[in-house]
Amino acid sequence: MNVTKNTEKERMTFWEKIYLPEIARGLGLTLKQMFKPTFVRQYPEERWEPLGSYRGRPVLVLEEDGERCVACGLCARVCPALAIEVRASETEQEKERYPMLFEINMLRCIYCGFCEEVCPEEAIVMSKDYDLVFTSTEDAVLGKDKLLMPVEQLQDRLEFLRRWR
Amino acid sequence: MPQITIDGKRIEASAGKTIIEAATESGIMIPHFCWHPSLSVAGNCRMCLVNVGMPKRAPDGSTERNPDGSPVIQYAPKMQIACATPIADGMVVELSDKRTETAQNAVMEFLLINHPLDCPICDEAGTCKLQEYSFTHSVGKSRFDDPKWHKDKRVPLGPNVMYDAERCILCSRCIRFADEVAEQHVLTFVERNDHVYVDTFPGVTFDSQYSMNTIELCPVGALTSRDFRFKARVWEMSFNDSICPGCSRGCNMQIGVRDNQIQRLEPQTNMHVNQYWMCDHGRLTQYDFVNTNRVQEPMIRRDGQLVPVSWDEAYKAAANLLKRYKHSEIMVVSSSRASNEDNYMLANFARKTLKTENIDFPLHTDESFADSLLRTADRSPNSRGASETGAGNSRRGVDFAHLLARINSGSIKALYVMCEDFAESAEMTAALGKVETLIVHASNNNAVTAAAHVVFAASTYAEAGGTYVNVQKRVQHFRPAVVTQENSRTTGMKMSRWDKFGTQYDRWAQGERRNCRQNWNIVQGVANLLGGDWHFKSSEDVFSDLAHHVAPFKGMTYELLDEHQGLILDRADSPEPKKEVYKSFTMKPN
Ligand code: SF4
Ligand code: SF4
Ligand code: SF4
Ligand code: SF4
Ligand code: FES
Repeated sequence: MNVTKNTEKERMTFWEKIYLPEIARGLGLTLKQMFKPTFVRQYPEERWEPLGSYRGRPVLVLEEDGERCVACGLCARVCPALAIEVRASETEQEKERYPMLFEINMLRCIYCGFCEEVCPEEAIVMSKDYDLVFTSTEDAVLGKDKLLMPVEQLQDRLEFLRRWR
Repeated sequence: MPQITIDGKRIEASAGKTIIEAATESGIMIPHFCWHPSLSVAGNCRMCLVNVGMPKRAPDGSTERNPDGSPVIQYAPKMQIACATPIADGMVVELSDKRTETAQNAVMEFLLINHPLDCPICDEAGTCKLQEYSFTHSVGKSRFDDPKWHKDKRVPLGPNVMYDAERCILCSRCIRFADEVAEQHVLTFVERNDHVYVDTFPGVTFDSQYSMNTIELCPVGALTSRDFRFKARVWEMSFNDSICPGCSRGCNMQIGVRDNQIQRLEPQTNMHVNQYWMCDHGRLTQYDFVNTNRVQEPMIRRDGQLVPVSWDEAYKAAANLLKRYKHSEIMVVSSSRASNEDNYMLANFARKTLKTENIDFPLHTDESFADSLLRTADRSPNSRGASETGAGNSRRGVDFAHLLARINSGSIKALYVMCEDFAESAEMTAALGKVETLIVHASNNNAVTAAAHVVFAASTYAEAGGTYVNVQKRVQHFRPAVVTQENSRTTGMKMSRWDKFGTQYDRWAQGERRNCRQNWNIVQGVANLLGGDWHFKSSEDVFSDLAHHVAPFKGMTYELLDEHQGLILDRADSPEPKKEVYKSFTMKPN
């Protein structure tokens, strides 16, 4: 477009300049939309269910005999935001070590998914959980109680990782 | 001396040396697992295979030459292990040619056939030779499809060492260590070929006082510390150089710290003192008192109760109490557990500020502790240094042996104690109730602090900078490893990634920063209220003053001590010649 021609005079027609007919046209448009079907989702009653490829908050995979995590600390090492703290301890189980403490600071987490990528046990994965609300900084540090999620609820993501990673 | 060429680099070494020894001495690392400079040669891991050649001889005995004049090299038909092949003049060793690389890769592939690859749970990960060489000398592929052979993963070899048979690469370093260094002949290989594992003979256990050295010695994670197991990963800890305060040997060690708590102690090589080792007692007992039961802040006694006060208040209280007594009524107890800097300041404080000759320190002798390798009967790290710096008795005042009687007779009324707990003597502890004024520097709560009128929260060796003089008269420098409010980030401490980037909002970065001070600093605070005029900013300042005034330390600085790994008293100008220090692991982080 030639910018030099874009003067006020050229942009506005006479009808536009007198203003009122345009108001009426705008109201008409609104009226027309009111009788069309709506696309509004009644969130939070109606939640959007993301696909397996979605990166929501990272969670720990829980199986019948406990978490998969062996507290290797690799996720804590790779996390660019230093959101993860892991403290290991010994268990009688075959895997020998388990996380005595596992915390993710969701105020630090940037949902990059590196923790999931580095985990040698497929023990931390990105869930579909996206609506996180906290009322204090302490609340935002999620411990094992909030992080552990049964493996059945994570099938989509695990399937996605198996196919595409 | 024979000349050999390693990887194109000409080096000289004395005859009779093996290739790997000659290379290590000139700073060239040949990959190896089973060889260790202080153990006999086993030659069983084959990782050190190298392509070795000699100049070709013509039938008449002369050296055949290429057109350009260089000798024609004839390579041995079979590769040689560098750890068991003696050098010969003119020898050529190839470390990075095709043949050597193929051999190294093949050895790695064999070693990993049955290896569980459980690095995620292995304490060695990060300092593991097998990991290291997987990066540098292996293509990282296995062609072996059969299931791995499984072995026991948690076998206690002794009270302190846990054995994982699957991870073991059967290098026999631990067995040779037990036989040759610890001289406890209890370890052996059992079974044959890929079923082999290390075990103790029936009815005995590997409980040598030096057993835990096998943990670092083991090139993989097969031997782990039962005390440390899984406490932290190597890269999560910072490692600062320190000196074990467990006895007067003064073994060099590194302090592994995470969340401002000591997680483990491990030996640091110093060929003049402890070589590669330290005793189990040192590494198991010399950190707990840093982590727990600490005196949190300065306190003074009000209405029979110890109440926390600010440093200035505590200094003032101590100074006011001391002013009440005649010089001869005060006794200053210095400490063979405190550094030269601390004792030097305290001695000056006693003689110049308090004008008393009543100063001495107790000895902590335990003949049963001594052995022929490292441990000494003197259970304090610095009794030599305490007397050299003037903190011992000069025969003109009350000495420690007579202190008890003088307290009981009432001629000593005030006691100024630096870091001694009198735990060996019940009479002494009981007598503390009889002194009118008891001022103590203490890092831990004990019987002395319970009776004290003023308690200064003192730094432990792990939070202070300073020097000790060991049993060989060697002055050794140690650095702070644990952060306090006093030394916070001012002393060039090594820090892990978590230490560096943690903020006050991160729970893991909130490891306690204790409100304690180094002894020399506390002495300075009290002395300056009693007419002293000292303005030392760091232990290094104190040491340079000390080196200036105390003849045996003449010429010493922290920098020189670090450079030479310690200097002998009176001999700062003639240190031992420096040698390459053998390091088993080269990729250790932090
Ligand atoms: S998603 Fe990224 S930022 Fe969040 S915890 Fe994992 S590695 Fe850290
Ligand atoms: S990387 Fe995986 S196994 Fe390791 S600590 Fe993190 S979640 Fe646990
Ligand atoms: S336990 Fe370690 S040091 Fe001992 S033979 Fe096995 S790999 Fe070698
Ligand atoms: S020998 Fe002495 S200095 Fe060495 S580690 Fe043992 S107690 Fe510490
Ligand atoms: S180091 Fe030479 S064979 Fe093991």
